[in-house]
Amino acid sequence: MTLLKTKVGRRSFLKTSAAAGGGLMISFSWLASCTSSTSKAEVLAMPEEWFELNAYLKIGENGVTTIFCPNPEFGQNVMTSMPMIVAEELDMDWKNVVVEMAEFNATLYDRQFTGGSQGIRRAWNPLRMAGATARHMLKEAAAAEWKVPVSEITTQSARLIHKPSGQEAGYGEFAMAAAQLTPPEEVELKEVKNFQIIGNSKKNVDGKKIVTGAKMYSLDIKQEGMLTAMIVHPPGFGLKLKDFNPESIKSMPGIVDVFSFKTYNDDFGRNFFDTNTFPELVAIVGNSTWEVMNAKKALEVQWEKFTEHTFTLDAFGQKTEVSLPAGLESSQGHVSAMRKEAAKPATELRKDGDPEKVFKEAAKVIEKTYSAPFLAHNMMEPINCVADVTANKAVISAPTQAPGFIEGAIANRLGMSPDQVEIVMTRMGGGFGRRAYCHYMVEAAVISQKMNKPVKLVYTREDDMTFGIYRPAYMATYRAALDEDNNLIAYHVKAGGIPESPLGRGAANRFPAGAVDNYLAEEWSVTSNITIGAFRAPRSNFLGGVEQSFLDEVAEAAGKDPIQFRLDLLERSKTNPVGENNDYDADRYAGVLELVRDKSNWDQTESGTHRGVAAYFCHNSYAAHVVDIKMVSGTPKVEKVTCAMDCGVVVNPDAAANMAEGAIVDGIGNAFFGEMTFNNGVPDKTNFDRYRMIRMNEAPKAIDVHFVQNEIDPTGLGEPPFPPIFGAVANALYKATDKRHYDQPFLHNRVRLG
Amino acid sequence: MAKFNLNINGKGMEVDVDPQTPMLWVLRDHLNLTGTKYGCGIAQCGACTVHLNGTATRSCMLPVSTVGNNEITTIEGLSENGDHPVQQAWLEHDVPQCGYCQAGQIMSATSLLKSNPSPSDEQIEASMSGNICRCGTYVRIKAAVKTASKR
Repeated sequence: MTLLKTKVGRRSFLKTSAAAGGGLMISFSWLASCTSSTSKAEVLAMPEEWFELNAYLKIGENGVTTIFCPNPEFGQNVMTSMPMIVAEELDMDWKNVVVEMAEFNATLYDRQFTGGSQGIRRAWNPLRMAGATARHMLKEAAAAEWKVPVSEITTQSARLIHKPSGQEAGYGEFAMAAAQLTPPEEVELKEVKNFQIIGNSKKNVDGKKIVTGAKMYSLDIKQEGMLTAMIVHPPGFGLKLKDFNPESIKSMPGIVDVFSFKTYNDDFGRNFFDTNTFPELVAIVGNSTWEVMNAKKALEVQWEKFTEHTFTLDAFGQKTEVSLPAGLESSQGHVSAMRKEAAKPATELRKDGDPEKVFKEAAKVIEKTYSAPFLAHNMMEPINCVADVTANKAVISAPTQAPGFIEGAIANRLGMSPDQVEIVMTRMGGGFGRRAYCHYMVEAAVISQKMNKPVKLVYTREDDMTFGIYRPAYMATYRAALDEDNNLIAYHVKAGGIPESPLGRGAANRFPAGAVDNYLAEEWSVTSNITIGAFRAPRSNFLGGVEQSFLDEVAEAAGKDPIQFRLDLLERSKTNPVGENNDYDADRYAGVLELVRDKSNWDQTESGTHRGVAAYFCHNSYAAHVVDIKMVSGTPKVEKVTCAMDCGVVVNPDAAANMAEGAIVDGIGNAFFGEMTFNNGVPDKTNFDRYRMIRMNEAPKAIDVHFVQNEIDPTGLGEPPFPPIFGAVANALYKATDKRHYDQPFLHNRVRLG
Repeated sequence: MAKFNLNINGKGMEVDVDPQTPMLWVLRDHLNLTGTKYGCGIAQCGACTVHLNGTATRSCMLPVSTVGNNEITTIEGLSENGDHPVQQAWLEHDVPQCGYCQAGQIMSATSLLKSNPSPSDEQIEASMSGNICRCGTYVRIKAAVKTASKR
């Protein structure tokens, strides 16, 4: 039995149950979203009255239950998996569940943030507690009415049952009484083995809306009197607004206003996510998208180079001055700057043993350098936001991964208090990290406030792709020393990037640290005015790929099978670990390698198929892939990917497999084609005609996803399968082409290392 | 500005817009049919796919003045209750992640199946490769097209 103190969410439970005292009356019609069937007969009859038992759920008198998804949805399917967790502990009948996106409310919910693969991991206990608490309150209400001990009441599929007396009732019958009760001090949680809903795939609750084109995205919002706005930003990094001529477009059809504005107040202490790529923008406001787009093309505007300057970064109260260099950068210069920096002494992050001595005395030394370019996120729904700012209130509807990190900036810029700012989290057309940086919500708010009207701010694809906040460019040199018996005796990684190193935040303690007696990790960085941001598995998305590619080459030099080579190292780190703080569980790491070896029939490669393997641990979960490539008319085609993951308990298996499939396709696409390059500060790629994205004919024909079955609390899923796919692709490509691939993207012309 | 009488989802609709306005924006801004999505504006991603007389067409580069009496079908008009075999197959395979590109994918798939009811893998790939799915649901999209082709 697992007992969980309800203390964590007590504040919110007390608040909402008090507010729900008389029963909350809400009238609207809603389709039964949990049944993805298209049959009309399965539309749920909505209750007359709702009773809120806590911030996560309300039960109608007819038993229909609404469960709120607290976290922003960008395709990871939390709209389904989070309510499944609540429903499990509530012992709910999934057919009678309706799902709604919760309001953004930091008092009611703990972490309304989508990022770091932490959604399910961090909400696991709060969501279970919400369901279990409500179930307990329903039992208490029934016990009081039936005059029997609570302990004798059981529940099953949304029914309260008292076996000794034969009494039975649906949840709806006791919802009103339960809503009056005080939540229990602690609740009993289900055993994992007794889960009925968790672990049984449920269809996406928004599936029907998606396939019918229903309004779900902020770009689809239409409000009375709403204007359309676009911004014009400097065409390159290192440039700022000099002057513009509003008269050049003011008389164009449908144009209402043209003005420049600063996104943030000058004295505002910006937080980590308030990245201010282009501090001053020109806004064009008009009646329709097409009219504003045309005016945007016609605007007369001048830009000028900015000089080096500093700004204040306020990272959770810790203020630091950050310097931004001047200059118009180019990709060619980036490569030489990285090579130059990489040749200098770097910052030591971890050292075990005496690597330099061992490298000098080794029988064999392998040294390789890897690189990867900047990447743009390219979410399918371009950046946009709907803001309705009136004198005392701002309602901001937006695709946002991090409403909590932008609320303060919006309030500060509008001269309001944060409680006057209401943020509506719309379904996002993708995010991948980009929508944690919500400058566009401030921009829309500023424009709406100036116009005194609701405004929809729309970025063109070109705006979206050229606005910065990219995945950094990276370079890493790896060295490995083997003794005469081909044992790995020393390992050295020296990595850096523009403008940050990929080895930060403890990555130096990852595998194979702990498995090698002599180990050295060092980092360096090159400053830049090109802004960067989190991109699916930040830093790991480079490290995972190149480290696994390097290990493949080391295994080959050692004459060992690449999977066995890794397993031997993991065994070493388990039985006789080197150093401290090794950041991985050797058993779970080995587990995914063994599972992928088994499921891919690793030992039996079909003729004409070239295979590569890779595994990685990041964001608390383990992933391993085997990639099968065939050469078709001289072009590598990924035939199949076999994936093994250990992310603890899997809430919604088919949806989890979908996400792993997506990470694999995303990784293959970026490994083959992904890159953003620059010339004199200007991004070379502005739309999908030049920025090559993976398409169906380049995606694997089959992806086979397997999860390690265990009872470990869920860890993370969105990011962990992404980094190792770069390595598995590189290793399969080597087999297919007899040539090692060190520079991403593998199948595209770019500035080469020479 | 000019007036245009359009035939959309079987209904006559009138708009008064700049003749160069792409159908995408006529649908989204003027007719409030927002199921058709803006992705790139240069016919490279397929998010804006509609049917022009039954054939998949990128609406972002289709000026309203060129449409005339031709029939336009959008995702909203594909079926009355969202139960077109392709839509059903999409639900069965639980295809979508973020969902943003899926209306365009479905419009491309229905157009393909209309002209070729039993496409091969290669034909599906050739026909669907104009539609980008940034979430990478291609394996499921292909499976759903195959399922729908059997109905």
